[in-house]
Amino acid sequence: MVKKDTKAYMETINRRKFADKWAEYKKRPGSFIAMLIVYLSAALTMLAIGFLLVYVLVKGIPNLSADLFRWKYTSDNCSLLPALINTILMTLLSLLIAAPIGIFAAVYLVEYAKTKNKLIAVVRVTAETLTGIPSIVYGLFGMLFFTNALGFKLSLLSGAFTLAIMVLPVIMRTTEEALLAVPKSYREGSFGLGAGKLRTVFKVVLPSAVPGILSGLILATGRIVGETAALIYTAGSVAEVAKNIFSSTRTLSVHMYLLSKEGFHTNQAYATAVVLLVLVVLINFVSDKIAKKCTSEKG
Amino acid sequence: MRKFKEVLMQIVFLVSALVSIAAVALICIFLFVNGIPAIREIGFGSFTLGQIWRPSNDMYGIFSFILGSIYVTAGALLIGVPIGLLTAIFLAKFCPVRLYKIIKPLINLMAGIPSVIYGFFGMCVMVPLVQKIFGVNGNTMLTAQILLGIMILPTIICVAETSIRAVPEKYYQGAVALGATHERSVFLTVVPAAKSGIMAGIILGVGRAIGETMAVIMVAGNQERMPQGILKGVRTLTANIVMEMGYAQDLHRKALIATGVILFVFILLINLLFSIIKRKTVV
Repeated sequence: MVKKDTKAYMETINRRKFADKWAEYKKRPGSFIAMLIVYLSAALTMLAIGFLLVYVLVKGIPNLSADLFRWKYTSDNCSLLPALINTILMTLLSLLIAAPIGIFAAVYLVEYAKTKNKLIAVVRVTAETLTGIPSIVYGLFGMLFFTNALGFKLSLLSGAFTLAIMVLPVIMRTTEEALLAVPKSYREGSFGLGAGKLRTVFKVVLPSAVPGILSGLILATGRIVGETAALIYTAGSVAEVAKNIFSSTRTLSVHMYLLSKEGFHTNQAYATAVVLLVLVVLINFVSDKIAKKCTSEKG
Repeated sequence: MRKFKEVLMQIVFLVSALVSIAAVALICIFLFVNGIPAIREIGFGSFTLGQIWRPSNDMYGIFSFILGSIYVTAGALLIGVPIGLLTAIFLAKFCPVRLYKIIKPLINLMAGIPSVIYGFFGMCVMVPLVQKIFGVNGNTMLTAQILLGIMILPTIICVAETSIRAVPEKYYQGAVALGATHERSVFLTVVPAAKSGIMAGIILGVGRAIGETMAVIMVAGNQERMPQGILKGVRTLTANIVMEMGYAQDLHRKALIATGVILFVFILLINLLFSIIKRKTVV
């Protein structure tokens, strides 16, 4: 009871009216200026992102037309539907390659490797290196390795492999964090009931880490959807729905780039930007929600 | 049987962990094997320090693109670092909780917006604006610098905010108890204590800026000549690769890959610097 009173008392002491602050600022103009530039910078940041969002939406939404969602792309209708379908195919294929590897790698790092292992340090460093490599370098590598050396040509498959390497560190890191957040007692309980290591990993540890892993996969999806530079010279730019994994395809981002580069179809480019933007916002939102859910459950 | 399965899966997990090592090794090998012969053929000096890029005459000097990348990145930092750092300070020390719940997701979103959209925005809004204000062709170094400055904001804000929040609350309380104003406490005790984390964020921003491709291509003009001032067009290393890879043959093509090698080396150095600073922060 006493403690609560003290706390309330402290709060009344610490609460300051605007007039108090103003008096202080008058005495110390330096602080006032510092406060102003802090607020100004935050406002500038918000202005930049706000203006971009509003501008693209305002310019783009009126240009959304049924023509943009025709099954077949022609240079007249600039349909984005084939590119959208290709994006989904590309995402699925990339995740199909990257998700098992990324998740298994994280399992090894968290559950199997000994903490002072040299190998882990090397894996960490390489994963960090992969995170920092710009997408154009991935594009060059994909072109040299998958497209030429392995003979995949410009194809969905080349693109998917390239992107899979690109998102691998994202999946590894988020899965690792999710696995580390699973309490030790879960594993001990499972071992105590006589389960082996493998059974513990698959039946106890991984299931309780699902939300974290999922949010990582969605984050990876966001990167795949937004990628352009890594795809131009690996997946190519054919504006048709991919017939099989060896056909050249353009994803929505590449489509968007080519459309704005040509410069003839500005209105359609605005509309495509809206679709791409909404897609990315949606992906971000879902990932955020899942990540929040798993932290609030843990906390 | 069960034992066998355990061992088998352990090997599968181990192999998965090794994939990232293999990937880095493969990337290095393929870039270097394809790029270094070209550098040797052109001559390291005349490749990296040559000022003229004229593939039709077999002249491959990328010095102007290296300078272009450095100028554009430096300009982006000049714009992005102060605004990003101050925004991070705002988020960590000034922002009311309710406002934070709106701003933070927006900044996360900013990090997720694809670079083509930034580029498109730059092309449609900033290029005409620069054109109007300065009366020159709007595809300039300045446009690219501003656009990249915006694009590296979320990276800098996130890392700087985290490191400012990691500074023990005692530092702030001590300063306030000694009679310093809120601003003085934040700027002169908390922020200096978060210095190395902020540095790490800036280096991460450098990495993003120097590697950015699509957005830069769409606004920078891409002329293959030495940078001639911030109101003239400029071509960066990344732009050089994407612009010409589509039709390049033989040595020209190899020279483009070699351009990628130089970019890759830059990035590796930046990564190294980043991990050194990060390690310092942990200790």
